[in-house]
Amino acid sequence: MSDAGGAAKPKKVRGTVFVEVERCKGCGFCVEFCPPRALDLDTGFNKKGYHPPVLTREEDCTGCDLCGLYCPDFAIFGVIIKKSA
Amino acid sequence: MTEVAINPVNPYLRMDRMPSIWCPGCGIGTSVNCFARALTQSKIDLKKTAVVSGIGCTGRVSGYMSVDSFHTTHGRALAFATGLKLGNPELNVVVYSGEGDLIAIGGNHFIHAARRNLDVLCVCVNNFTYGMTGGQVSPTSPATAKFTTAPLGQFEEPFNLPYLADSCGAVYVARWTTFHVRELTKAMRDALKKRGFRFIEVISPCPTLYQRRNRLGDGLDAMKYYQEKSVKKNGANTSELRIDFQSEITVGTFVDRERPTFADAMNARYKEVLGPRYVPCPDNYVPPQAKGEGT
Ligand SMILES: Cc1ncc(C[n+]2csc(CCOP(=O)(O)OP(=O)(O)O)c2C)c(N)n1
Ligand code: SF4
Ligand code: SF4
Ligand code: SF4
Repeated sequence: MSDAGGAAKPKKVRGTVFVEVERCKGCGFCVEFCPPRALDLDTGFNKKGYHPPVLTREEDCTGCDLCGLYCPDFAIFGVIIKKSA
Repeated sequence: MTEVAINPVNPYLRMDRMPSIWCPGCGIGTSVNCFARALTQSKIDLKKTAVVSGIGCTGRVSGYMSVDSFHTTHGRALAFATGLKLGNPELNVVVYSGEGDLIAIGGNHFIHAARRNLDVLCVCVNNFTYGMTGGQVSPTSPATAKFTTAPLGQFEEPFNLPYLADSCGAVYVARWTTFHVRELTKAMRDALKKRGFRFIEVISPCPTLYQRRNRLGDGLDAMKYYQEKSVKKNGANTSELRIDFQSEITVGTFVDRERPTFADAMNARYKEVLGPRYVPCPDNYVPPQAKGEGT
């Protein structure tokens, strides 16, 4: 989320996720079964008191949407970022 | 680009009913993701698709899906589905319910729907217990596991559901767990394209009742158990698929065969006896796309 500040050369980001924070129930399926383990559960809480996932290692995300297939609460999904320009 | 991205499951859900009632780490929602993708991939006509459930946590699926759906009385999903299919043979009818609903109170409907080869897809989410009513023994509860109604450990012989479905005549029988999301999606897609009684068992966590009462941790622990202890055996003999407490779980596609459906058999018999006077029941709807290439 906010740790992308470093001025290092940009890596080719292939995928990203969208998280509907308030719908998450913190089960951790997405974090555990993400193939490159790009997600972590946030230390913060949503309104219901669960820890939603954050894409800590965006550079590792392939946009495979396995997190979306696993999420029992339809709170996350992954997309492939098409290279534009 | 990504601003407009929407979750691929959203078009299949009644968003006004979200969040679901399901507990954190319950597997039912995961199976719904697979089902939604299977609906897209099979290219069946959603306007001619109906989802029928009985009562239970899994029974909620019909109410959450934005296709025509029918939340019936406990145990009677297959009975209602029988009427729905015979009254409107063009419908793709999917029954989606728990093992308590389908196999305990609904067991009689189950064996006869399979015997008749009724043209419906039956998805059974098996969490080894009655979730909605507080964790009682169900027909698949493994021996020695503890339940509200068996605090000293369950001692009955559990049903092996693929064996039951196979012996009653189902034309497609598979079992996956909610860990096997890709395989489950494919099984649902394949089954949606077939005719006749198709049965998919989905082993799924119930962290609130089954896991907790048996000190098996949460939903994620159940998923890791499935990951570690599942063995893929396509074509396995269904009599060997028994599940014991925390035992190995055999997963795969076990049966894939053809047999006349209820409507086929009725048409054949009456044509034979009544000749041209007989007006046949319309042929069961086979999606035109399904005849072509597989996705
Ligand atoms: C005629 C009738 N008997 C009993 C009940 C109570 N009841 C509701 S759901 C249920 C069992 C649910 O178990 P299952 O089908 O395995 O679904 P789950 O909740 O585990 O998904 C029972 C016994 C009822 N609603 N109606
Ligand atoms: S889209 Fe794939 S790689 Fe990206 S976070 Fe989700 S599971 Fe991980
Ligand atoms: S799988 Fe869904 S509900 Fe579970 S932690 Fe991830 S986003 Fe939250
Ligand atoms: S009681 Fe069990 S089956 Fe029902 S929603 Fe909760 S975890 Fe799922």
